[in-house]
Amino acid sequence: MVTELLFYFLSFVAVLCAIMMVFAKNPVHSILYLIATFFAIAGHYFLLNAQFLGMVHIIVYAGAIMVLFLYVIMMLNLNEEVEPIKSKYQKIAATVAGGLLMLVMVASLRDAEIKTHLPGNEDIGLVSALGNTLFNDYLLPFELSSILLLSAMIGAVFLSKK
Amino acid sequence: MELLPNITIYHYVILSIVLFCIGAIGVMVRRNALIIFMCIELMLNAVNLLMVGFSRMWGDGKAQVFVFFIMAVAAAEVVIGLAILMMVYRNQETTDIDVLNKMKW
Repeated sequence: MVTELLFYFLSFVAVLCAIMMVFAKNPVHSILYLIATFFAIAGHYFLLNAQFLGMVHIIVYAGAIMVLFLYVIMMLNLNEEVEPIKSKYQKIAATVAGGLLMLVMVASLRDAEIKTHLPGNEDIGLVSALGNTLFNDYLLPFELSSILLLSAMIGAVFLSKK
Repeated sequence: MELLPNITIYHYVILSIVLFCIGAIGVMVRRNALIIFMCIELMLNAVNLLMVGFSRMWGDGKAQVFVFFIMAVAAAEVVIGLAILMMVYRNQETTDIDVLNKMKW
């Protein structure tokens, strides 16, 4: 009962803040709404017993990526006055197109029956279980991702140099 | 099959679709390149949420490892994307994608 209510509450917060993010005029408000959405999604991860991912999600997204976005917005000095706005017809057309996409996906999955179900382990999302999977089966991709992050760092420094 | 009491995988599928489509609408509605970037992040997160839901459904931790890698790639992507955006702003004094159409065919 409590988890059910929590699911609907978190979903409501996530969807509402996502909509507000898209339609907020001020870019800073958009970012703050997106942070709220990310916290709601992290709550979903905790609800699904994926504690490690929930924690990483908060640290990486709310902690690092969104701070980066905020910094960039402050450096570019974007605000409501300089915010470009599309014409009304373009907005309506885009919303209708996105709504149709949603309708098609929901309708196509409506009758999808999930027949097979393997009885699973509840503790897969804990740090120890996930660490075992990561370092036993996916050690090489893990090391490669460190190279990816390093090259991203070098690329960012190189790009932002004059 | 219930992941949580009264909550099936189907609820998560619907939630992910809704979040993904809001992100897609945002990409089409907005003209500020920075906001479009944020909408793409939202779409990535919708997919991540679905992956974690399916991971719980099958009781397999491998999908969560994939989500972990997606997060690492997303972080790298954001860094590079924002650096490019800064360069564009330095040269063009705008982040409006309707002005940045030099590569348009």
